[in-house]
Amino acid sequence: MGSDNSDASRTPIYRMQDLTKTYRTEAVDVHALRGVTAEVPAGEIIVLLGASGSGKSTLLNILGGLDTATSGKAWFRDEELTAKSDRDLTRYRRDHVGFVFQFYNLVPSLTARENVALVTEISSDPMTPEEALERVGLGHRMDHFPAEMSGGEQQRVAIARAIAKRPEVLLCDEPTGALDSKTGVQVLEALHKINAELGTSTLVITHNAGIQAMAHRVVFFADGDISEIRENAKRIEPTEIVW
Amino acid sequence: MRVLDRKLLRDLRRLWTQSLAISAVLAVGVMIMVMSNGAERSLRETRDTFYERNRFGDLFATASRAPDALAAEILSIDGIMRVDTRISDFAILDVADMSEPAVGQVLSFPASGLPALNIPTITKGRMPEPGQRGEVLVNQNFADAHGFTPGDTFGVTLNGQKRDLTITGTALSPEFIYTIGPNSIMPDDRRFGILWMAEDVLGAAFNLTGAFNAVSVQLSRDADVDAVTDALDDLLKPYGGTGAYPRKDQTSNAFLDAELTQLAVMAQVVPPIFLVISAFLVNMVLGRLIALEREQIGLLKALGYQQVEISWHYIKLALVIGCLGVSLGWGFGMLAGRGMARLYSEFFHFPYLVFVQYPSIYAVSAAAGLLAAGLGAISAVRRVVGLSPAVAMAPPAPTRFRRGLLDHLIVWLKPRQPTMMILRAIGRWPLRAALTTLGIATSASVMIAALFMFDAMDELLDVSFVQINRQDAIVQFALERPEGVLEDVANLPGVLSAEGVWTMPVRLTNGHLTRRIAVEGRRPDDTLSRVFDVETRNLVQPEHGIVLARRLADHINASVGDTVTVEFLTIPDSQHRLKVTGLAGQYFGLGAYMNAEALARLLDQPVQVTQANLLIDPAREHDLFQSIKTAPAVAGLTLLAQVRQSFTDTIAQNAGMTTTINSFLAALIAIGVVYNSARIQLSERARELASLRILGFTRGEVSYILLGELFLLTAAAIPLGLVIGRLLAGAMVASFDSDLYSIPLVVSRGTYGWAAGVVAVASVVSALIVRRRIDRMDLVAVMKTRE
Repeated sequence: MGSDNSDASRTPIYRMQDLTKTYRTEAVDVHALRGVTAEVPAGEIIVLLGASGSGKSTLLNILGGLDTATSGKAWFRDEELTAKSDRDLTRYRRDHVGFVFQFYNLVPSLTARENVALVTEISSDPMTPEEALERVGLGHRMDHFPAEMSGGEQQRVAIARAIAKRPEVLLCDEPTGALDSKTGVQVLEALHKINAELGTSTLVITHNAGIQAMAHRVVFFADGDISEIRENAKRIEPTEIVW
Repeated sequence: MRVLDRKLLRDLRRLWTQSLAISAVLAVGVMIMVMSNGAERSLRETRDTFYERNRFGDLFATASRAPDALAAEILSIDGIMRVDTRISDFAILDVADMSEPAVGQVLSFPASGLPALNIPTITKGRMPEPGQRGEVLVNQNFADAHGFTPGDTFGVTLNGQKRDLTITGTALSPEFIYTIGPNSIMPDDRRFGILWMAEDVLGAAFNLTGAFNAVSVQLSRDADVDAVTDALDDLLKPYGGTGAYPRKDQTSNAFLDAELTQLAVMAQVVPPIFLVISAFLVNMVLGRLIALEREQIGLLKALGYQQVEISWHYIKLALVIGCLGVSLGWGFGMLAGRGMARLYSEFFHFPYLVFVQYPSIYAVSAAAGLLAAGLGAISAVRRVVGLSPAVAMAPPAPTRFRRGLLDHLIVWLKPRQPTMMILRAIGRWPLRAALTTLGIATSASVMIAALFMFDAMDELLDVSFVQINRQDAIVQFALERPEGVLEDVANLPGVLSAEGVWTMPVRLTNGHLTRRIAVEGRRPDDTLSRVFDVETRNLVQPEHGIVLARRLADHINASVGDTVTVEFLTIPDSQHRLKVTGLAGQYFGLGAYMNAEALARLLDQPVQVTQANLLIDPAREHDLFQSIKTAPAVAGLTLLAQVRQSFTDTIAQNAGMTTTINSFLAALIAIGVVYNSARIQLSERARELASLRILGFTRGEVSYILLGELFLLTAAAIPLGLVIGRLLAGAMVASFDSDLYSIPLVVSRGTYGWAAGVVAVASVVSALIVRRRIDRMDLVAVMKTRE
């Protein structure tokens, strides 16, 4: 994500122009985003850091088509997200975006394989559920139900589900937030591997500053806007991350 | 107000639609309980008051001609308190506003004024004066049907003599609360009237001066009914007595009893269905609420609240819903009960209505209603309050899904994942799915139990008026006539053909079981009125022996091949043993049939007829009516087209209302169950469904997962409901069976279709309401809440 456009060889996957989001409550207006203007280069792992309420989740939700902006514009490639109807946003999520959440959000009544199939059944060019699960290292747990798996395994199923449709972007909101360091690392490894192998643009929100070391770029949020963008000259492997 | 109570109010406000849906179902149960009980008890009370005030007889008997002096002997029978003797006969009436003749039952009253028993209550005008040949008191409903007021006149043929009568007043009688004429199946106030005339006038007309042909007695409390009956029969026998019968066999009383029994059945059978369903709904809704508040419950316990306090908090919620349902039920039940009793009192011709409210039924219905809600709550509460605070405060472990039997089906079907989710949810909570299915099924069965009545009536009409009785009219003769009279009848204008029926009162005995009925002698080749077995759809021609109506055979425990004793009541010492040669299925009355010639041989006399079945040329109907109005031998005429008409009219009157009310009740159950199920599923699975929306599933696809399960359950529930409905209909048919009539168990495709349709539509409507919530689901907010 960069305010400049120095790297012309890469078309940005997202562009934002004066993006604001205001939540109106009876008492006060909460300005979650205060005019964000930025571009997101394609194919990178980008870590979003910032205090609670700094606007990172709001931005991720708008980019993911889960929420709408109050004003300003946002584009996914050439498509203006801020102009899309609810139906078009559903279509957009279905075709282009993979989500990973803190609490996995797996369907408890479906096995790992079936949870992934949930997505592959409605995608145009998906990988098989088996392939997706192999990629996150769960080839041996395919027929287990969520209740039969650890948190880390469940989160990796969620990642497999997110990447099975070969999305252009993977949006992760605190993917390791509910995990201990060992399983957390396994999840990060999965994300890293996907990005390396498939070139999927990956935006990761985290409160764990240690994770920034594996990103191409780190974006700092404060008070509803981007306060700093730092490009990592040297990235480290997830296994080297300490927290 | 305590904080917990404040929470209670907020919970109620949040859950008001669901609470109201439960209250409404509960209210229906309470309402029907209060209504049917109120109506039934009020009618019973009204009847008893009317019977007592107007001294309705306990025993009734007829003779051909008994001297007045016999009355004193009857009174001397031990156990008899009062005696009323009178002249009773039928007469043809000529009313100006009708071309066809009407029939009147003519009753005498003594010179002293009102009769000792069965006293008519004068509603308008006065009693006729003794000695006034042209004065008559008529029953009020007959007067109303013709717009008669005192001073109006109509013609009557009394024992062959035509004369004009002037109405002096109108009256209602305990004997004719249900006023039904001979050969009729429904009251027809235009064509059947009760005429009270002075004893001396009737005595002269019927050659019964100083004599009587009908007697009623009132028994003392400790009377031995059988002994009194025997003594009375002995006294009357020499004078053509045909055997006394008790009040319960008196036509009007018997019909009234049958109706009251139906009301009582309704009060006992229907409310439990609604109460059980509301208990289930309370359990479902409260169970979910408590599951959602698991952490709060843990917190309350951590803060030092006791299990009892927490349980009471949730039970109170159920009780508030219960109280709402009970008060709604009370209010509507009281209003509906009063309205229903009023309707009944008009239909049944009571002079007044004693509307009684028994506090006990209010107490019982409230207890039942609150108990239903309370029981529903307790099992839901028990699941959570037992947990330790630490466990309760932690989120529940994810639901364990395992591979079960259903998975074999799933593997075989290879459905898409959303369908798989539906099937797994059913497999995971089979009890809940079963109860939901049962609840929805109940609504279909309630519908069938209400609607099949119309199918039954159609069948009844078809069998009774198309298959069995195909004559246009029945002519009743005043006395037994030789068969040759049929030629005279056939020569009347407009008569295409005439067939005779010989009716004889008999006492039928098999072992210790006995029934007083009329046996009909017929010619085997008669076609206008046939002896028919509705069950086998075969004609039963009594060549020899005796053919019994199935229900009669059941009553005296006789079957084909048995020999029964037949005592002819109008012929002294005439007892015969007859073989039962066939059974006739029929819906009205308890008939017995013999070959007329065999009957004649048995009684050693030529074939007689007491009534004639006619086929009429409609074009010459008017001429026929005119000649019958003056024919001395004719005591009555029944036009079957009109019997059928009054029957269908009565049904039609009830039809619209009943269908509407029952469709509403059935829909209420269906909506109550489906809506609550869908809401609960939505709250339980909000997170799961939001995830799917985020994954790119459309609203329609997500709705499919949520509502598909309910539609699947509804689809399973409908056939189940149809089966239960048919069983329920069968139980109702059995409970309505009486000596007077039985109701066929027929459920048409239309009824099944309508029941299925109402339930399906109710399900879809409740689903659509919930669907709107899915559409408005805030994805981000849902994802942020922790499981």
